[in-house]
Amino acid sequence: MSQEYLEVFIDESQEHLQTLNDNLMQLEKEPEDISIVGEIFRSAHTLKGMGATMGFEDLAHLTHSMENVLDLIRNEQLEVTSHVMDAVFESVDDLEEMILDISKGGDGKRDVGEAVKKLEVLQNGEEAEASSETAASVEEKPEPSASSQISESFDEYERTVLVQSVEQGYQPYIIEITLDENTMLKAARVYMVFEVLEDIGDIIKSTPSADDLEDEKFDSSFAVTVISTAEADELEQRIMKVSEITSVTIEEVNVDQASEAEKDNKKEDKKEGNESGADSSSQKKEKPAKQDNNNDKKESAGKKGSELNKTIRVNIDRLDVLMNLFEELVIDRGRLEQISNDLNNSELNETVERMSRISGDLQEIILNMRMMPVDQVFNRFPRMVRSLSKELGKQVSLDITGAETELDRTIIDEIGDPLVHLLRNSIDHGIEEPEEREAAGKPAQGTVLLRAYHSGNNVFIEIEDDGAGINKDKIIQKSLDNGVVTEEDLEKMTDQQIYGLLFASGFSTAEEITDISGRGVGLDVVRSTFESLGGTVTVDSEYGQGSLFSVQLPLTLSIIDVMLVEVGSEKYAVPLTAIVETAIVNKNEVYSAHNQKVIDFRGKVVPLVFLNDIFDVPAKNENENDFYSLVIVSKGDKIAGLVVDSLIGQHDIVLKSLGNYLSNVFAISGATILGDGQVALILDSNALIK
Amino acid sequence: MAEETADDYLKVIVFQLKEEEYAMEVDYIQSIERMQSVTRIPGVESYIIGVMNLRGIITPVIDLRKRFNIERFEYDDATRILVLNKDDNEIGFIVDGANDVMDIPVSEIEPTPEVVGGVAEEYLRGVVKLEDRLFTLLHLDKILNKSEEKKTGA
Repeated sequence: MSQEYLEVFIDESQEHLQTLNDNLMQLEKEPEDISIVGEIFRSAHTLKGMGATMGFEDLAHLTHSMENVLDLIRNEQLEVTSHVMDAVFESVDDLEEMILDISKGGDGKRDVGEAVKKLEVLQNGEEAEASSETAASVEEKPEPSASSQISESFDEYERTVLVQSVEQGYQPYIIEITLDENTMLKAARVYMVFEVLEDIGDIIKSTPSADDLEDEKFDSSFAVTVISTAEADELEQRIMKVSEITSVTIEEVNVDQASEAEKDNKKEDKKEGNESGADSSSQKKEKPAKQDNNNDKKESAGKKGSELNKTIRVNIDRLDVLMNLFEELVIDRGRLEQISNDLNNSELNETVERMSRISGDLQEIILNMRMMPVDQVFNRFPRMVRSLSKELGKQVSLDITGAETELDRTIIDEIGDPLVHLLRNSIDHGIEEPEEREAAGKPAQGTVLLRAYHSGNNVFIEIEDDGAGINKDKIIQKSLDNGVVTEEDLEKMTDQQIYGLLFASGFSTAEEITDISGRGVGLDVVRSTFESLGGTVTVDSEYGQGSLFSVQLPLTLSIIDVMLVEVGSEKYAVPLTAIVETAIVNKNEVYSAHNQKVIDFRGKVVPLVFLNDIFDVPAKNENENDFYSLVIVSKGDKIAGLVVDSLIGQHDIVLKSLGNYLSNVFAISGATILGDGQVALILDSNALIK
Repeated sequence: MAEETADDYLKVIVFQLKEEEYAMEVDYIQSIERMQSVTRIPGVESYIIGVMNLRGIITPVIDLRKRFNIERFEYDDATRILVLNKDDNEIGFIVDGANDVMDIPVSEIEPTPEVVGGVAEEYLRGVVKLEDRLFTLLHLDKILNKSEEKKTGA
């Protein structure tokens, strides 16, 4: 099996699974809205078709059973109950596992017996046992078209193609071709027929599928749907030139008729579904969900088609290569800017300036290309919250806003797990049991709000719950017990800082270790993940009212805006995202408190951090003056003033890692190459703020 | 290097540290650079003198004299940086000079005497005597392993 097809298959399956999940969640909220079932059915159906084509039979088998249940729901013969939804969700879980297995190189095999059985019980009501036999014999292989009557059904996509081709002056034909019974190389004949047809038209569809034809999985006849400008006679003559063909039947397809035929199929299908509980011909299932709004569907499908044409799938690796090349360009741009400054040639200056502007635009485009909506991460949360609340016997509704907020792909890839951790934490420790909530005068159902929004160069993700809130005393007790903090420190801490202890390593408030959170991995892992991405996480809470976890993340990782500063003769880069402002203060404004030099800055006491001390910078010839240059940086609501010798200016720089050999250098998060080719270190101001 | 037999030759690069000649397998050597500007990194082991920009790649630089506690020497025109690539990490070693690549017969490698030129035995793989020259073979993994050194920073 070709790797390329497999990748497409996995991609598309994941999309369909997501659609399934989304729509199922929707259906559970609005069980009366039968139109949603149509959507679900379509996704399940496409999955089944793709699975069968790729030879993943368990997958096809399970989706088939799902389809049967969905069909009953759609025809209002089965009510959408929590019980039904559970069974369907369970099969979606199985499907997810299979796709995951396939994407990891497995064969997608899985014991679907139990899930199928559950679905069958739903499907057949009380007669479950009796019919399980027939259902078990369901075969996914398309049966060779035994009837001589030409009947072909099209899915929505194919119909759209047909409608469009008619509009462009092509005539669709269905051609049934029968090969001589004694033909030895059937596949070869099929190939020749296809070649003839491709010559004068385009093949839209074949029954059985091209793969099956290639594998000679058909008796002696097969049907193809072709669009062509040629006359039927000409087609027939050309096909008959291929030897060992006994008959060719050509029929013009009327696109409206195609829809009519659908209707017939559907009726037939319904009957079958009711009688045997199992549909033996998967082909006949290809039909639109609802006949009455068929025209709308067609239109929307058409629109969707043209939108799809405007996007292309690009391998992420290529985007990474593009990004790397662009980073090189940014470094050279810096170098050019410096050279042109030194030479001071007006023509050169102009050109370099223009080039800088263009590469600035280019940078924006490339960074934008790597942006993905956080929905990529959020979309799996509703399912998770649903099963988690069931498991814990709590009632929780999850409200998501701002799922369209975009973040760099590298960040998206990393934030899934820590966010899951935070959500689980909110549901497990935050939201109370229904009785407890009612006793506290709250609605039995707890609410978790998941918000994402942009602000400046940052994206904020917040998780807010209306649960029990954080018990401050418990935290204090626990952190003292675990030696996370001393009593002295505690006295000076604000409430927020105390809540922040949740993220300290060696801390866990869960009184007993549950299955959900607190598996020995504490929130400190969450914090360090976000911090490794250049972000921060804070928590606020009101006891009895709920808590709010707030995560701040940079928009992008690789190219960042920095303030270059000089300390001694060394240059350091301070990320602009951390900087509140820069200032110059007179040395006599500095005073000492608790052995710490501080200044009064805009009414706030700001501790000073002398970079030359911290970094043991070799002293330059002491050019004493009366002022300190300060870079005021913040971390959450704490601020500090970094004392530097001079401020050089703002630059776009490419963040580079120091490599494995130099891991964990204190207060240094990476390095960058400056315009003159020198390396400057990037400060991690978070490490400097106590 | 498990497959070394008596007939094998080991291709090594020869470099100098304070009048002694040392050798290192050439396999890991990616390039030999002249001394260039190095940005100091605060709070790391003193023999890591900093990082340099090697064609766009941030490369840590180790002063081998400092690594082996040999007395300091001002860098001069002969000073070279041997750039190694090991496990996808590039690292530069500052040496007094490097000019020879040679094949040494594996059979000539002898176990190290206790201390050679002040370099502790653990960093050495052996010594080779060829005609009137004596080379000390270095043990790369041991040199790159910094776990036994205490960090000076936080």
